[in-house]
Parts: sequence; structure tokens; C-alpha cells
Amino acid sequence: MRNFAFLTLLFSSITLLSQNCNNSLSGLVTDIHDGQLLTGVTLIVAETGQAVQTNLDGTYSFTNLCNATYYIQVSHPYCLTKGFTVKVSGDTKKSFKLEHHLEELNQITIEGKAYADKSKTLLEHTINKDELERFSSGSVGDALKSLSGVSALNSGSTVVKPLIHGLHSSRVAIINNGVRMEDQEWGAEHAPNIDINSVSNLSVIKGAGALQYSGDAVGGVIIAETSKVPVKDSLYGKSLMTTTTNGRGFSLSSKLTKSYKNGWYTTLQGTLKRFGDFEAPGYVLSNTGMDERNGSIKVGFNRFDYGFEGYYSHFKNEIGILSASHLGGAKDQVRAISSDKPLIIKDFTYAIKAPSQDVTHHLATVKGFKRFENFGKLNFQYDFQRNNRLEFDIRRGDDKDKPASDLELVTHTILVDIESRLSDQILLKSGLMTKYQHNFANPSTGVRRLIPDYEMYDSGLYFIIDYQLNDHLLLEAGGRYDYSHMDVFKFYKTSFWDSRNYNQRFSEIVVEDLGTQILTNPQPKFNNGSGTLGATYTFGEDYKVFFNYSVASRAPNPSELFSEGLHHSASRIEQGDLSFKSEIAHKVALTLQSDSDQFSFNINPYINTISDFIVNEPTEIRQTLRGNFQVWEYRQTNAQLLGVDVDASYTFAENYRINSQFSLVKGYDRTLNTPLIGMPPVNISNEIVYQNSSFNSIRLALQSSYNFKQNNYPNTNFEVYIPETETLQEVDVSSTPEAYHLLDFSSSIDINLNQASKLTVGLRITNVLDTSYRNYLNRLRYYADDLGRNFLLNLKINY
Amino acid sequence: MKNIKFLTLALVVSTLFIGCTKDDDPQPVNEEEVITTLTVTLKPAGGGAEVILQSRDLDGDGPDEPVITTGNLAAGITYNGKIVLLNETENPAEDITEEVEEESDEHQFFHTSAGGLDVTITNENLDSNGNKLGTEFTLDAGAVSSGTLTFTLRHEPTKPNTGLEDAGGETDITATFNVAVQ
Repeated sequence: MRNFAFLTLLFSSITLLSQNCNNSLSGLVTDIHDGQLLTGVTLIVAETGQAVQTNLDGTYSFTNLCNATYYIQVSHPYCLTKGFTVKVSGDTKKSFKLEHHLEELNQITIEGKAYADKSKTLLEHTINKDELERFSSGSVGDALKSLSGVSALNSGSTVVKPLIHGLHSSRVAIINNGVRMEDQEWGAEHAPNIDINSVSNLSVIKGAGALQYSGDAVGGVIIAETSKVPVKDSLYGKSLMTTTTNGRGFSLSSKLTKSYKNGWYTTLQGTLKRFGDFEAPGYVLSNTGMDERNGSIKVGFNRFDYGFEGYYSHFKNEIGILSASHLGGAKDQVRAISSDKPLIIKDFTYAIKAPSQDVTHHLATVKGFKRFENFGKLNFQYDFQRNNRLEFDIRRGDDKDKPASDLELVTHTILVDIESRLSDQILLKSGLMTKYQHNFANPSTGVRRLIPDYEMYDSGLYFIIDYQLNDHLLLEAGGRYDYSHMDVFKFYKTSFWDSRNYNQRFSEIVVEDLGTQILTNPQPKFNNGSGTLGATYTFGEDYKVFFNYSVASRAPNPSELFSEGLHHSASRIEQGDLSFKSEIAHKVALTLQSDSDQFSFNINPYINTISDFIVNEPTEIRQTLRGNFQVWEYRQTNAQLLGVDVDASYTFAENYRINSQFSLVKGYDRTLNTPLIGMPPVNISNEIVYQNSSFNSIRLALQSSYNFKQNNYPNTNFEVYIPETETLQEVDVSSTPEAYHLLDFSSSIDINLNQASKLTVGLRITNVLDTSYRNYLNRLRYYADDLGRNFLLNLKINY
Repeated sequence: MKNIKFLTLALVVSTLFIGCTKDDDPQPVNEEEVITTLTVTLKPAGGGAEVILQSRDLDGDGPDEPVITTGNLAAGITYNGKIVLLNETENPAEDITEEVEEESDEHQFFHTSAGGLDVTITNENLDSNGNKLGTEFTLDAGAVSSGTLTFTLRHEPTKPNTGLEDAGGETDITATFNVAVQ
């Protein structure tokens, strides 16, 4: 870079006409970013070779210049060297601006800057690229689970949904490359539609404080970022291949980036995954294979003061759901639960049959930013998402290959943000969001719609203000307001409509009475306010205390409002309620962090008090001709969640490190004084890592994780009559599985192939002892054990 | 300048996307697979009045419970039984028994008597592979007694089997009737 500037300088030398050569040229050199005065900047006049440096107040001065045009090179160790053409006429004043912090600048791609300050008073937990690569064949949920305070709600081993501090689904906002995912996240068996291989940095904010993304993240925010592209001429890429013994499958992913010094860049990325039936210790988990195909392209232009980017990603996966989990009713449930093995075990196959899901997610976004001097940075973003979800059930006759559920959710969002530095201490971020969403439930399935057709309009505005009081104390405050309006067309069963007294309470929304069904047009509106208040105090060498209080308001989602009928994949009848209000959460979180090289830790206690918390719990047994089903009703209650997360890392000898984690969360229904259903049990994990950078970056790690039995759960068991034995039998759906201990091993070594390419070979063994266990947070735990031992061979080539 | 143009363009494009027209009212779904009614007709082999057992649940998984009609059997009489399944949400009602019989190898009806009811069920009709299907059967009413009679339709059971215990599969229908032999 410098050489280039120097050459330019040489070539641009011209012979001067000597005239009046007693002029001076003087001025200031400042940082274009924040106007800071730059000292020690070297300025060279190309034509004369004169060189000066700026002094402490950022000024410089040349003398003995003629009335002519000069080329001046301005350079600074931390800045990009720049050349300026200056016309000197008499004593001339000219100030220069440099782009300070070159190293920082390289990271400033559009999203990089947009994400730099997610929340300043909530500790952000991050999974970096190397760690993510170890999960290449898994899912985003698998990787997130490795963080303290984050667990996974599984439906089998391939549908993995993140839980933050005991909360999931609509309570966790997932931001993918700047876009809030709208992928029917309301269902517990709907995993986020993100390719883990497209993500380079995955962070979790365990709270609602990040108001720029949403005001309804009662649980927290997950942010997936794509890789940052340097502003230089380069072509690089990587390919990752993983083969596994369990599932007998592979995952293949490649990424190629071309970047130019002038700011243009493009990245292409793609992933293929194919797995057959997975295996528990001792048997095959029939129909648990998966097939995933993803691709993405990113094209952008990035300069310091402006830039834009276009991004498109396509995600498609097909996932088999354990055959033995498909049940007809309570009697089948009794059989399935009382059997210690799944009721259906077949030979291994790659075929995926019903029950299964087939999900396609398109995401396209264009965004741009412009930096204005003395004002700040303006960001603009438009995104489009189309999510199509097909669920296949075991059906009869002509309907066999038809999905039982076919939903298409289309979302358009426009975001405008402004980041402005009001003074050296105060940074203000504010923005507007507007969103239109349309859901279409295809009636050709021949099954009544679980989620109705609707249109939704959403608007929000927010501000966040940071005040750096002094070197030790930073204060943060923010507010957000969201308005949403839904226009819904919903068919109710007449019997349900009447049994709920909707015929009296909501008679005005009836559009048409079809006899056994009633078409209605509910138009719920929600006004939601949210806010955050926090402080970060830095003391000692490495200590920080984060304090954050946040209020989040979440409007009920379509599933909570409108569910009504048999949810086959869960073998239960689910019923929502039209009269739900928004739930409001008050969360106080405190974090003590110490970050030194040898020993680092953080302790994060929190308490989350939620009014009108929407829970889904069994309330009764309903007889139908298909058998008896448990009715799971959504209801609003007051809830409280308390917990603590602890992370610690200690380097006890050269190259050896111990990492430990502890997570505890307790959830209570304060109205009924009972525990909340589905809370993660206490978890402790310890890992010993040997890493030697001087020996091919060899890394060996052994991880032990212990999951306690969840002892706090509501009793939701029920009885069912079994005609064969003429008895009433209890269906134990609430007891929690025993505690279990898992051991994982991972290793990797780097081999340099040539100057530009590096091969990394990794071997991982999960569940080393082939332990049989069931996980309380796996919705299929009634029917089968979790995964057995798995060998994963990982090859990565960087080029 | 360049990016201002770009932003303007993006804004225009996005308004185009948003300006879509609204769909018409959605169409109701008539569930094709639903079974609302199970009727067991027991016809005395030697002639006489039929005994009808029926479970009818017109709202399917809705809150209304099935309406049960039952009847009593005469001691010592042999009945020819036949099961008919209907979807009465359609008009005219659709006969689902035909579908079950077309896929006979994937279905089986089980007949369970309990509570001291003295009946014996034999001679079930067979599927395309020669295994039991059970939509037709013979019922011998024994001595005077009372109890329950349960009909269970399993989808994709293990065939052949010795009864409900080892049949597996998924329950499509189950209906229990209080019956007396008089």
C-alpha cells in the first residue's frame, strides 16, 4: 500500500516553475471518523521532497512553496496513506482528513459496523469462526447450546431450537445478516432456518436490551453475522467436509470471496448435507434422516464513508421425524411411553418418509450506509423473506403424498437507522422500522389450517443513547415503541366457537356462517412499549460490572391467538385465545466479568418477571373418534424466571486451559404457584484443552457435561381407559428423565500445504461412552433415547 | 451520490413489493380424511332385527364429545358383523371403509370385549396378503352377561399379529360401547 503511494508520488513529480516561492501551507490533520486531531502524521510534498510532522495539536506547516499545484502524501502508522492535490496560492490553509484505525477499518463492512454496539450494558456471548466450524455438520442450535445460559429445545436431533434463559420461539429474536428471521418461529418444532456455514460470528445477548433489533425479545437476541471482507485485492476461500458415523452422512460446505482494493467484494457460499437415520445406543432411530441444501451470494461495495450490499440466501431442508413419535391418541401414548424402546425400529435407511418437514427459506436484502461529517452514520435496509413450510403426516388414500400443512409466510421490512455522536461522550442511535407480513395457508392440504391466513402491519421506532461518563462508567438508556395490526381470516369450528362463548364475545367479527364452520375476520391491534436502562462500570485491571434493566413487550403470535385443533406432530389438541394481550417482561441482569489472559470468568445472575406470560399447558382430555387427546391450552399468567450463568476459563500451565460453565434457571407460575413447564435442568460442563500453536496448531479437548434431573415441573399426567386390560392407566407425560453425563472429545491439527493453502484435519467423538440418555428438552424423549456415539471426521482447506 | 441513487432505487423497489393487492376471502377446508362416524351393524345369522352400534363425532377434534348409540345382543345368537366408516362433514357422506379396504394391508380392525361380556369374535375378513382386516366378522353371543365392546382401527400395524398388544401402528379410530347379552 505504502509502496504504491510512494510510486505514485515519484511518477507524479513534475518540474516546477519557479515564481514566488515564499508561500506557506499549513493546517490541521484530523480523523475523518470522529474529528480527533492526529499527531505524528507525516506529510511529504512530492515535488520538493519536503517532509514535516504534525505536532501535538494536529497542525503542520510547510514553508517556501511556490504558487503552484502540489501533490502531498499524508501518512500515519494507523491510517491509510492518502495523496492530496493542493493548489498553493499565497499563504494557504488546508486541512486533511485521514481514515484512522486502519485495522479497525478493515473490519468495517456494512454489517460489521452495524453490529459493533449491540448492547453496551449486557454482556454479549460470542461463538467465533473456529468454534462454529466444529459444528459445521450440525445446526445453529447445536452451536448455541455450547454457551452458558443457552440450551436447546429439540425435536429429535436435527430440529434444534435455541432457548435463552429458559425462553424460546417468539421470545427469542434471531437476526441473520441484519435481518430479523421471520420463519414461523412460533412453533416449538420449528428450528431457525439458517445455514451454520454461512455464519462467521454468532452472538447471543441474553436480554431485551438490544432495542435496535426488537422490543419483544423477552428471552434474548441471537445475531448471526456473515464474514467481514477486507478492503484489498484478494481472492480466498475455504471448503469444509465432515463425515459422520452416526447418521452415516456428510456435510460439505464451500465459500469463496473476491475483494478489491476499491471497495467492491463478492462472496459465494454453499452447503450440502445428507444424513440417514441416526442411531441411539442399541437401535436405529427410524426416519430421522435429513437433507439440506443452502446457498448464498453477497455483493457489496465498501468505503469508509459509504457502502452498500446486496445479499441473497436460500435455505432448504427436509427432515424426517422419528416414526415412533407419530401417535393416534392417548392409548398410543401409553404404549409408547411404557415401552423402553421406540415402537417402530426399522433397518437403517437414507429415505425420509412421513412424518417429515420440508422447509424453504429465501432471504434477500439490500442495504447501504452513508457517513456524514459532524452528523453520523445513516443506515438503510430493505429485506424480503419467503418461508414455505410443509409438514407431512402419515395419511391415507389419495392424500398420502400431500402435506398436512402448507404455510407460506412472506415478509417485507424497511429499516432506517441513524448513529450520531452528539459529543465525545454521547452516542445516539435511533431508527424506524416498518414491516408487512402475509401468511397464506394452502387449503389444498385437505386439513384445516393450523395457522390462519393473515396480513400484518408492523411499525416501530427506537432510540438508544450511550453516555460515557468517565473512563470507568458508561450509562445506556433506550426506548422503543411498536405498533402492530393484524387482518386475519380464520375459520372456527362452530362447536369450538360456541363453547368459548365467542358467539357472544366476538359476534361482530363473523363474516359467514357455514354451518359446521364459521369464517371470521379478527383484526387485533397491539401497542407495545419497551425500554432499557443500564450501566457498565470498569474497575481494576480487568474487571467490569454490567447492570441492565429492560422492559420488553411481546404481542401474542398467530399460534397463541388462533390455534384450534389437533396438532398431529405433537399428538395433542392445541387451543389459542382470541382475547390475549401483550406479555410484558421486566428483566434485571447483573454481570461481573474479569478478563485476564490467565484467568477469566463471568457471573451473570438475572431475574425476569413477566406479566401475562403465555404458557401452553395441558388442561383436559378430549374424547374423539380417533381416541382421547390431551388438550393443550394457551393461557396467560404471571411468571417469574430466575437464574445464574457462570463461565470460567483458567490457563493452568503453558498450552493447557480449563473451561467451565454452569447454568441454572428456575421458572415459576406466580399465579398458580407451580413450576413452569419445559425449563432447562441445571447443567455443568468442564473442558480441558491442550493447544500448541508452535506444533501445527494442534488442539486436543475433552469435554464433560453433566445434566441434572429437572425436579421442578408441573404434574400434567392424566388417566386413560384401556379396554384390553379394562383398567384406567396413568399417562405419565410430565416426569422428567434422569440426570446424565456425556463425554465429548475433539482434536484438530493444521497442515500447511503451500504458502496460500492450509489443511486442517479434525476428529471429534461425541458421546464417547455411548451413554443411553433422554433429555427433558427433547420433545421426542418419551419415545426414544438420544443419540449414541458419533465419530466425526472434519477436513478443512483454506485457500 | 451513487449511493443516494441506490437508496432511492431500493426504496422504489420495496414499495413495489409492498403494494401487492389483497387476496380474496380464503376458501374453507373440507377435511377429506376425517372419520366422523363408525357404525357396526350386527345382523343375526338366522334373520331378525339388526343391532346397531354407532359412535358419531361430527366436530372431529372439536369440543363436542362423540354421540354413542348402543344396543343389546340376544344370548346364543350368531351375528354377522360389518363396520362402516363415514365422513359426514361432506355431503353426501363419504364412505371411508372403501379407502380402508383398498389399503387393506395397511389397516386392521381389532375387536375387544371386556368387563365380563360373553361374546366371541371370529371369521374376520382378510386383507390382500391373507392377514386379518376385520371390517367384517362373526360374533357369537354367549351367556347372559354385560360389559364393553371396543373397536380399534390401527393404521400400519405389524401384520400378522396376535392382537392389539403386539400390533403396533397408529390408532386411527377407537370406540367403546356398553353392551349386554340378554
